[in-house]
Amino acid sequence: MRLEPARRWESLILVLLVGVCVWASLGVDGFANASNVSFLLLDTTEIALMALTMTLIVVAAEIDLSVASTLGLSCAVLGRLWNAGLPIELIMPICLLVGAACGAVNGFLVTRLGLPSLAVTIGTLALFRGLAYVILGDQAVADLPPAYTGLATASIGPLPLTTVLVAVLAAVAAVVLHATGVGRAIFALGSNEEAAFFAGVRVKRIKFWLFVACGVMAALASLVYTFRYASARADNGTGLELAVVAAVLLGGVSIFGGRGTLAGVLMAVLLLGVVRNALILADVANEVLNFVTGLLLVASVLAPNLGAVRRRRTPSPVEGNSAP
Amino acid sequence: MDLTPVLSLSQVSKAFGAVRAVREVSLDLYPGEVHALAGENGAGKSTLVKILSGVHRPDTGRILLDGEPVEFAGPADAQQAGVAVIYQEPTLFPDLSVMENIFMGRQPRSRFGIDRRAMREAASALFTRLGVRLDPDQPARGLSIADQQLVEIAKALSRQARVLVMDEPTAALSGNEVARLFGVAKTLREQGCALLFISHRLEEMFELCTRVTTLRDGGHVATDLIADITPDDLVRRMVGRELDALFPKQETDAGEVALKVGRLTREGVFTDVSFEVRRGEIVALAGLVGAGRSEVARAIFGIDRWDAGSVEVGGRRLRPASPTAAMAAGLALVPEDRRQQGLVMDLSIERNIGLAGPAAVRRGPLVSRAAERSRAADWAVRLRLKYARLADPVDVLSGGNQQKVVLAKWLARGPSVLIVDEPTRGIDVGTKAEVHRLLSELAGSGVAVLMISSELPEVLGMADRVLVMHEGRLVAELPRAQATEETVMAAATGRSAA
Repeated sequence: MRLEPARRWESLILVLLVGVCVWASLGVDGFANASNVSFLLLDTTEIALMALTMTLIVVAAEIDLSVASTLGLSCAVLGRLWNAGLPIELIMPICLLVGAACGAVNGFLVTRLGLPSLAVTIGTLALFRGLAYVILGDQAVADLPPAYTGLATASIGPLPLTTVLVAVLAAVAAVVLHATGVGRAIFALGSNEEAAFFAGVRVKRIKFWLFVACGVMAALASLVYTFRYASARADNGTGLELAVVAAVLLGGVSIFGGRGTLAGVLMAVLLLGVVRNALILADVANEVLNFVTGLLLVASVLAPNLGAVRRRRTPSPVEGNSAP
Repeated sequence: MDLTPVLSLSQVSKAFGAVRAVREVSLDLYPGEVHALAGENGAGKSTLVKILSGVHRPDTGRILLDGEPVEFAGPADAQQAGVAVIYQEPTLFPDLSVMENIFMGRQPRSRFGIDRRAMREAASALFTRLGVRLDPDQPARGLSIADQQLVEIAKALSRQARVLVMDEPTAALSGNEVARLFGVAKTLREQGCALLFISHRLEEMFELCTRVTTLRDGGHVATDLIADITPDDLVRRMVGRELDALFPKQETDAGEVALKVGRLTREGVFTDVSFEVRRGEIVALAGLVGAGRSEVARAIFGIDRWDAGSVEVGGRRLRPASPTAAMAAGLALVPEDRRQQGLVMDLSIERNIGLAGPAAVRRGPLVSRAAERSRAADWAVRLRLKYARLADPVDVLSGGNQQKVVLAKWLARGPSVLIVDEPTRGIDVGTKAEVHRLLSELAGSGVAVLMISSELPEVLGMADRVLVMHEGRLVAELPRAQATEETVMAAATGRSAA
């Protein structure tokens, strides 16, 4: 059977995922047991959450590299307000608003001023992280309410509660991307913004709200992160944007926009998590872990494009409209 | 002609999988002739050009250069043999100057590196030989398409090209630019070049060419002396059947005003444009390229802002600069640039048809895939779209079928006002007649149609009224009875019309 390119890529990731799991179960001590699986799932929560909205934004041919810094800023705000004695139930929505504001800044700079999101979000990556340090300095706020820190690490059987959260939000994101008019519009504008605009798609509005959604999701991830480690610090999640982008690209989303599925991204999040977990259990040095993540990232950008190069050499059988 | 052809194709065939794109086609190109290659989209013209230019190797058959068999392993071999292709839209290096583009990789050298003076002189000499004026030092960025083509031609000459293939060079040119290109082509012909000329405009072939080879479904139909045949003969050879009259506009009674444009102005682009289009009418907007016609259409549809004036659809004023508002009011725009503005080339046929109106296929907030597909299938049948699967990207369709997808996208919304900008540019005669019939039927069913077209026969055949623009202003409004080539061209070129 001939598979669509997207399906073919997803199948490849699935095969890799199963392969790595089998290999780790057989060859790595301590991998194949309930508590490790539970920890593995828990450990991918923040990356999975941020990868959901990152998928939408990369399909729309933009990128948000500031997510991990938004997470850090939200953590810092949480720590500062907790120290100031505010109730945690009030702090949490404030953090989500901080995330929304960060996303709105990105969205404004990209859609209203027409700046490239790569440059904008590299800038805000530094900006938000810097702001986090301004707010909280280098202190760690650790005396967080046990009710919430407990919740963040609780599980139903081997299934962490946070994984349920990821599953619910993933279902929402998948429906938005694959089964709504907005999702159709995101694919169209990611592939050809001008044609989408000519068809009445509100290009700027959609992109703006995608950046806001990215910010809110990063703030939500910050809550999970903070409670999970029971520690609010300005440097929480430093460098996570690399893992998020790696998961999205490895999941088959085209860096040029217009292609990708949420299922592929979720499998890639798991694949990266499993590889990481197995290598840690096998006592591989941290530097090697980063090397492997980087390798998978480059491979995931390279592989689909190798396909494209090959396609370009085998011309389409239908005569085009005299295009060169 | 008792000369040896510079280049011959002898019984060449080329298949891609099961599709036989070219079947046993022979073609002789003699020095000093302009040879037309005619055929509908999908007839095999592009494949033949790619064989000539070394992009494809024929499966069977031979290529003869000066009567000797040769093999082109790649485009470099074809170039070496003196074959050059000028495409519809050349790809120059935008940040390099004209002369640097011409001599890319073969710059004249002095002891100290590149000899810019020699390069400039050589470029000027080439332009003199072509009889055109272009500044060798000008950067390629900002050159018109017509000028870019001239740079490509100069580049070809500098490589001693003896066979020049022009693949639809005139599709994006204005009348003056076409005339200048033809001047260049005639100069080259007199200097002994062989030219292969591809165009969808029959009148151009009859003006410029000496012989014409017609392809149909990949096969060779006939090679005729232009002097021996009529345009009707040629159309018959291309489509293999009799066409109805090319422009079948039915007489209809105009209804109430559907679109009213009042003193619309966009500074520096168009000024004080006022007109009305009634239900059931086809109104043509004629004029030279650059007169501001497409810009008026873009402003009406909300793509660009306007500075003054108003647009009313069905009696209600339109919010400026919002395509969404224009669509909600019942407007639809089939834009000029099909590949860039009309379609998302990577997306499937069904997704493109659904793009402008997911509302019709929604169930609550969700899109129903089944409804999306059945609506696309429905429109594909109604417009006689030729496709393999609705899930295929529109990229694989021929130009005419792509245009049908754009039309389907808008017609599925049931618009009250349809603006079409160059609706038949670059599409084959058969599909062209279908598009004309469709527009006529739409008008018959009460849609107000505003048609921008640079093809006078189309304007005169289709329109109930002809509006003519010149340098950003509406200069004439001609009822069908008064619209002739002379009156329209007089107005379009700024000579007073009536």
